Amino acid sequence: MNTFENVSRRGFLKGVVSGGAFVLGVHFLPKAVWAQSAAAGTSAAEQAAFSPNLFVGIQPDGTVHIITHRSEMGTGIRTTLPLVLADELDADWKRVKIEQAVGDARYGSQNTDGSQSIREFFDVMRRAGATARTMLIQAASEKWGVPASECEADLHTVLHRASGRRLGYGELAPAAAKLPVPKKEDLQFKPKSAWRYIGKDAPSLDLTNMCTGKAVFGFDASMEGMVYASIEHPPVLGGKVKSVDDRESLKVSGVRQTVPLDPFKPPHLFQPLGGIAVIADHTWAAFQGRDKLKVEWEDGPNAAYNSDQYKKQLQETARKPGKPARNVGDVDAEFAKGGKIVEADYYVPHLAHASMEPPAAVAEFRDGRVTAWACTQNPQAVQAAVSQALGIPKENVTCHVTLLGGGFGRKSKPDYVVEAAVLSKKVGKPVKVVWRREDDIRFDYYHAVAAMYMKAALDQSGRPTAWLQRSVFPPIGSTFAPNQTYGSGGELGMGWTDVPFDIANLRVENGSATAHVRIGWLRAVANIYHAFAVQSFVDELAHASGRDPVEYQLELIGKPRTLDLKEIRYPNYGGSAESYPVDLGRLRRVTEMAAEKAGWGKRKPGKGWGMGIAAHRSFLTYVATVVEVEVTPKGEVRIPRVETVADAGLVVNPDVVRAQFEGAAVFGTSIARTGEITATNGQVDQSNFYDYPVARMKEAPYKTNVHLVESAAPPGGVGEPGVPPFVPALCNAIYAATGKRVRELPLSRTKLV
Amino acid sequence: MIRLKVNGVERSFDGDADMPLLWYLRDVLGLTGTKFGCGMSLCGACTVHRNGEAIRSCVTRLRAVQGAEIVTIEGLAGKGGLHPVQKAWVQTNVPQCGYCQAGQIMQAVALLKTKKKPTDQDIDEAMSGNICRCGTYQRIREAIKAAAEGRV
Repeated sequence: MNTFENVSRRGFLKGVVSGGAFVLGVHFLPKAVWAQSAAAGTSAAEQAAFSPNLFVGIQPDGTVHIITHRSEMGTGIRTTLPLVLADELDADWKRVKIEQAVGDARYGSQNTDGSQSIREFFDVMRRAGATARTMLIQAASEKWGVPASECEADLHTVLHRASGRRLGYGELAPAAAKLPVPKKEDLQFKPKSAWRYIGKDAPSLDLTNMCTGKAVFGFDASMEGMVYASIEHPPVLGGKVKSVDDRESLKVSGVRQTVPLDPFKPPHLFQPLGGIAVIADHTWAAFQGRDKLKVEWEDGPNAAYNSDQYKKQLQETARKPGKPARNVGDVDAEFAKGGKIVEADYYVPHLAHASMEPPAAVAEFRDGRVTAWACTQNPQAVQAAVSQALGIPKENVTCHVTLLGGGFGRKSKPDYVVEAAVLSKKVGKPVKVVWRREDDIRFDYYHAVAAMYMKAALDQSGRPTAWLQRSVFPPIGSTFAPNQTYGSGGELGMGWTDVPFDIANLRVENGSATAHVRIGWLRAVANIYHAFAVQSFVDELAHASGRDPVEYQLELIGKPRTLDLKEIRYPNYGGSAESYPVDLGRLRRVTEMAAEKAGWGKRKPGKGWGMGIAAHRSFLTYVATVVEVEVTPKGEVRIPRVETVADAGLVVNPDVVRAQFEGAAVFGTSIARTGEITATNGQVDQSNFYDYPVARMKEAPYKTNVHLVESAAPPGGVGEPGVPPFVPALCNAIYAATGKRVRELPLSRTKLV
Repeated sequence: MIRLKVNGVERSFDGDADMPLLWYLRDVLGLTGTKFGCGMSLCGACTVHRNGEAIRSCVTRLRAVQGAEIVTIEGLAGKGGLHPVQKAWVQTNVPQCGYCQAGQIMQAVALLKTKKKPTDQDIDEAMSGNICRCGTYQRIREAIKAAAEGRV
């Protein structure tokens, strides 16, 4: 799928490398990503085009520049992808400089979500490194007049072992720049045993800057002569300004003006919400000016959205036949036979991302062009959305990517960057838009609220003979097309249609739900509610049958085999069925290992202590988690220990991967304990960390041990897969400790003592 | 007129004395290492030192730091390089996104001033006002212990 091009003289990396540098362009055809079905409004067309991706440049002084095109929000990707290229190039990491790419379709997808950076770009990076290495060797062999086959790369040099001659990459760069690019078929890759960096811990290049205050996030970006904007958005989605009284705002020292922003035209996509912006000389003045605005709103139809009522609707829908998404055998016939029937309803509310850095961006509109600096997961979406809003070509939008103070999916949507660009055009200066925490919580692209209904018929040993599962949630597709009420193949493929159990009669259904707030993807997306329902229900069935939950789970998974989902055209997170089959042997193995690491079954649960297990495949990675809990007599939940086993295929940077799973346990703790967004009359009720609490140190797991399975499989995702099994494992542990079943999140809704 | 010392430099400001210290540091002095997270003293991202004590700069008005000595993350490292707590953070590879870590480090430094060998409970109490959404708490705890025990 890749082609490479010698672009040394074509001005790529201008401003990064000097004259005489060797610059290699990578062209590739990006694979479709999981979001294809969900993100109808994004870049399907762009994804179908051949486009240059990453570049590597080598200066005559030997400095290797690697362009990193994915956004850094805490996964270490800005460091890890270049490591792969540097390894295959046999470059000295100390002489590598990383440059963050601006948004540009020629790089291929830059949308840093779906836990896909490594799995989509590992091979691309390797080929880029191998191509450059091959050309440097060729340049050396021509210089020495010896066959290239006698020369080898040796840490930033090319060595002719027979004669002992050696030339540095910098010395070879000008000659390599003139060479044709070798064919892909002619490339030789390093054997695994020769890898210098892949598979070894490498700290983030930004580590020290992050500990000294030098790291630059979107909130920190600035442009000469900029003013600050804080925006009062319509409190109900689709609302409009009826009247504004800004007289008191304008009296605030430092406030310059107020600017009305147009409401969006449905569907809302990535458009700003509209409202009134207060423009000021500094953030504090902008905030004060906003507090003094008096705005009357026209709310529109979404003002009818009330979470209590909506929850009942979802639960009623979940109890009625839905749209089948997968069907095996004849569930109805089996249920009709009677026998032991178990049913359960599960519910997960809306969640907000609440990244520590609220959305922020600075942009300047000048002479029909926009330059922006933003904490964005998707700089190409910034280009598209700004171009749309201002009626200028995409190429006229330059989006620089800062570090992101967390993203979790929120910062894939560039509405706040568009606000900065639109305001800059209106006020004639660069504008920095800063969202307050209240704006972030009240105007998010929320994780969907979801109701699930589960039903199973059990034989005498407790084994299910029939299994029905139905989920109902307002789909992400509603953000892209207003009439979408059913989940996409992508959403249903997240822990629902791919339910991994060996059951003769099995039906998976989805019910209809209309969105009344913006719905988006949040770390692990639909896997969160689907895994909660499936993995809680397995535990319920095990207990209903008097069986051990681990043993029961393994029995349901059945023999090691590949789950055949061809019939439903399972999206498989964009991975091919050949490279990434649903391998139940791997799911079994992580389950067995997690139980073993946890010392499962060694201590009798009860009296406020227990362990729970859950296993789940998502983003092509297999994870099993055992959570140990203590529930105090007051009903407080403590988590002394978590054992997580992950089979993520090939792992490039193990310590960073372990950190992702440690973090996922904390993220999962927040979801389980306190994560709940509700709406009253269309307005979101929560606004800051006092009413949307997230886990603090004393509430978080005390120790999360992460075990990475040695695996020959290609790389899977690591940012998200730790989240889905954590929540049901915790709730199953609470059941073991207290006998109280949590069927509704957050768990503060269930009386534990 | 507000007079104060920031990272050892004498400063004066004749603007709004009700402006929170956070915005003075960030927007007036350009010291953006101190972060905005909530504006309500709920998350600790804005933590700095006032006369050696950890405070939340997002709710501390300038009039409350008249004559005070303020140290921010930018002023923590001395001539000899990184502060031991910063070193502990680096060697433990604490940060993920990094946004909250300035506040975490400032809070941890203040803790270690009063408790040389903090227990787990001391650490919980001192650090639970600082939110990390990436969930780096266990490494923060490890790093604090490493710094306390001189393992840096």
